[in-house]
Amino acid sequence: MIKTTLKTLLLAAAASVAMAGAASAGKLTIESWRNDDAAIWKDKIIPAFNKKYPDIQVEFTPTAPKEYNAALNARLEGGTAGDIITCRPFDASLELFNKGHLAALNDLPSMANFSDVAKSAWTTDDGKSTFCVPMASVIHGFIYNKDIFKEVGVEPPKTEEEFFAVLEKLKANGNYTPLVLGTNDQWEAATMGFQNIGPNYWKGEEGRKALIDGSAKLTDKPYVDTLASLAKWAPYLGDGYKAQTYPDSQNLFGLGKGAIYAAGSWDISTFRGQNVNMGAFKAPPPAGASDCYISDHTDIGIGLNAKSGNAEEAKKFLDWVGSEEFANIFANALPGFFPLSNAKVTLSDDVAQEFVNWRGTCKSTIRNSYQILSRGTPNLENEMWNVSAQVINGAMTPDAAAAQLEDGLKKWYAPHQK
Amino acid sequence: MRKPVSAFAVHAVLALYTALALFPIILVIMNSFKAKRAIFNTPLTPPMPWNFDPIGYSKVFGDSAIATYYMNSITVTVGTIFLTLLFGAMAAWALTEYKFRWNTALAIFLSIGIMVPIRLGSVSIIQLVSDLNLINTLTALILVYVAQNLPLAVFILSEFIQQIPRDLREAGRCDGLSEYNIFFYIILPLLRPAMATVAVFTMIPVWNDLWFPLLLAPTGGKQTITLGVQQFLGQYITDWNAVLAALSTAIIPVLVLYVIFSRQLIRGLTSGAVK
Amino acid sequence: METASQGRVQQHGIVGMSPGAYARVLIFFLAPAVLVYTLFSVYPLLDTIISSFYSKQNDGSYVYNGVANFVTLLTDPTWSAPFWNAFINNIKFFLIHMLVQNPIGLLLAALLSLPVLRFRTAYRTLIFMPTMLSVVIIGFTWQLILSPLWGIAKMFLQAFGLGFLFGPWLGEESTALITISLISVWQFVGIPMILIYTALLAIPDELIDAATVDGLNQFQAFFHVKLPLIWPTIGLVSVLTFVNNFNAFDLIYAMKGALAGPNFSADIMGTLFYRVFFGNQLQLGDVSMGATIATMMFLIILCGVMIYLFLIQRRLQRYAF
Repeated sequence: MIKTTLKTLLLAAAASVAMAGAASAGKLTIESWRNDDAAIWKDKIIPAFNKKYPDIQVEFTPTAPKEYNAALNARLEGGTAGDIITCRPFDASLELFNKGHLAALNDLPSMANFSDVAKSAWTTDDGKSTFCVPMASVIHGFIYNKDIFKEVGVEPPKTEEEFFAVLEKLKANGNYTPLVLGTNDQWEAATMGFQNIGPNYWKGEEGRKALIDGSAKLTDKPYVDTLASLAKWAPYLGDGYKAQTYPDSQNLFGLGKGAIYAAGSWDISTFRGQNVNMGAFKAPPPAGASDCYISDHTDIGIGLNAKSGNAEEAKKFLDWVGSEEFANIFANALPGFFPLSNAKVTLSDDVAQEFVNWRGTCKSTIRNSYQILSRGTPNLENEMWNVSAQVINGAMTPDAAAAQLEDGLKKWYAPHQK
Repeated sequence: MRKPVSAFAVHAVLALYTALALFPIILVIMNSFKAKRAIFNTPLTPPMPWNFDPIGYSKVFGDSAIATYYMNSITVTVGTIFLTLLFGAMAAWALTEYKFRWNTALAIFLSIGIMVPIRLGSVSIIQLVSDLNLINTLTALILVYVAQNLPLAVFILSEFIQQIPRDLREAGRCDGLSEYNIFFYIILPLLRPAMATVAVFTMIPVWNDLWFPLLLAPTGGKQTITLGVQQFLGQYITDWNAVLAALSTAIIPVLVLYVIFSRQLIRGLTSGAVK
Repeated sequence: METASQGRVQQHGIVGMSPGAYARVLIFFLAPAVLVYTLFSVYPLLDTIISSFYSKQNDGSYVYNGVANFVTLLTDPTWSAPFWNAFINNIKFFLIHMLVQNPIGLLLAALLSLPVLRFRTAYRTLIFMPTMLSVVIIGFTWQLILSPLWGIAKMFLQAFGLGFLFGPWLGEESTALITISLISVWQFVGIPMILIYTALLAIPDELIDAATVDGLNQFQAFFHVKLPLIWPTIGLVSVLTFVNNFNAFDLIYAMKGALAGPNFSADIMGTLFYRVFFGNQLQLGDVSMGATIATMMFLIILCGVMIYLFLIQRRLQRYAF
């Protein structure tokens, strides 16, 4: 091919220009998007690992979440990525495995500590290869400020009706932003909004699987109702919520100016750092629902760069990540990330414990756009970000939003073309 | 100025615009020295003894290798400027002075880079840099930036070389100087003003670039200050003391250098060939 | 286009130098620039353009398929709608720069070049300052200022009794792009200002004196004498603005992320390219389509520059190439 010839020629020419290269033997580097957790990795997790393996040096080198996928893909293509890769769930990592960037980890001893459900996010469609050690899941719900609830005299709501009644009271009080969520970054609307309250409408896994096999459409009632419920949030959101970024939201609640925060469990540690007196309640089911469902999303795995020069050391590290010891350190250092292993974990954080307790009373499901449905163009996840933000902004009706989602999916996904 | 009224109007417009240009910068620097509550509640108040709090700075300097990042940025910027000027001047000299078959074609070839962003070729650049075993080195950044800035440098310097009287080089040749000596001892010193222009146009984008540091040298203490600040912001995004301190840490040295050298800089710009 | 050496002695080589030595001289002077530039700029761009004629197969290999990617980009609504949306937004982005940045730059340059002006250096230095700063810093700073949470912009408007005007400008479909464009204008106004200022300084004083003697006041002198003389510079500023605007990416990405919302209202070519080429949350990067968009950007910029070269800026023929 012309390309390769040209490249070889140029490379030969460049050899004379090139100077000393980089050497990186013997030290493991971890690629991750969790830059919030850099300090915890440095001060707690890596030292704990080094107690067992003092000779293996590990460095945690995160990239901001926004750039992570792009930068990682580019570095993998260029052969310069770190030894250990933090895995996004489902297709993003599956693609990396199919391209040969991630190594299969079936023979890792600690893989036995994980259930098939936990591994499903990082296993090929045929179930043959698992390529990342499941690390943690995150649960959606709402975090509230206990002091504000006490002052206004409201209790955590148990149904959707109560939820809006509480919001109404908070609004009438006027001193606080009743519900904290911004639509500037878009993903907040989709993830903390749509995926948070939706499972109660589409009955969790049942609805998610029906979307995949094509027996349900995004224009069906559960999805329109979810969006309609979302649209009702607007009056209770902060002033200028359309330009409110995710950090703005975190600050608004962290500074005690907001009463209820549409949350992912990972926010717990942020608010612990700001000393908020907080509690949590799960997404309140709509009228007439008999069961409750929560979004308990397998979110983080960790895998091996297939081209790593330190594969032996890296495997030791990954095996340790699958251990009970790691699960305990991780869960308590980062309350709100819930280990996926079968290991017995005791949580010291009461709010994190509250989130986990919902697993006992409600049925868990993962975000419905993650498996298979975001493989084509237009990308369903992107579309969900877009329409969720627009529905909350009042720029789009729930019906139109659902129609746009379904139209997009129909363009490329055969089961929806029937 | 003939009429005082119009002089007043002129100053009013310029002062107003200057205020607009400076306001955001001052706001950030001012608030970076204040306590968190004061930042939120009284953002327009300057730092005073009762609201002073340098906690943000202790985080910035305690947590990240700011000094290393600065050295990296300085190395990359200075290295790029040096090589761009040297290679650019040499090529510009050859293209304007010597007659050879592919002269025009080569000139056009070199000028394409003025209008096409090198960023469009990012993936190939990463593969190339990795094949050369230069990932996570400042050398990689310098080479990419030199390639990016050469076209404009050649363009500006060629224009300038043409304005140098022919007699000078012919005199050199008559005195038996070699072509190399003519270039390095006669031409190069005369190019100084144009080189200042090129240096400015090279410096600004290189110092401020986020893209290539992110792709080519993102870790292991090879970050430039712009990337270092971006990574720091990502980590402390909700901690406004730290955020404002990090922004100020990135802004202040640039501004100090700029104020010190602004005379030369503007002179460079105004004496250059882009007119 | 004319060659640089036109009008000089038309001969290859230098008197008294062997062809071999002449070749060595040429190689010595040209090789470093040509090599670095070819390797790190031309080759990657060429590689990208070539990729746009390939498409990825299910087994991960790439197969040549002619202009099919371009046909998809321009005719399949899944691709063409975002493409044209980004293209039109990019034109708006460019027009705002042309209508706001360059006139302000011209005004400031005109004022700065007035014959007797105190604090000239101070004004010039300070107004150019934002141009020196990184887009990351600028984007972040303005986001803080416009943030409804911090409320600086709101406080400011309220101080003038205009509090009702405040809105979440960065979050509204109708205002997001305009707001970001104006922030970009704020940052880069120094460049047209300095370029035009330089051109104004180069105008001989005698011309102005003659005009003043003819009884023209300063405004008339500016419009009738100076402005016509700096049209070529304004042309150059315009084409530079065009090229920069169609390459823009950083500011929008820093403030609005890769989806450039709401509803893609701030999406321009650069963000579209980034999103397609590198992917987003669950969207995988698509090298072929990304390269196709990059090639389209290349063609658009080329068209703009050609129009400038052949229709607007005849003066440029004086330049080397």
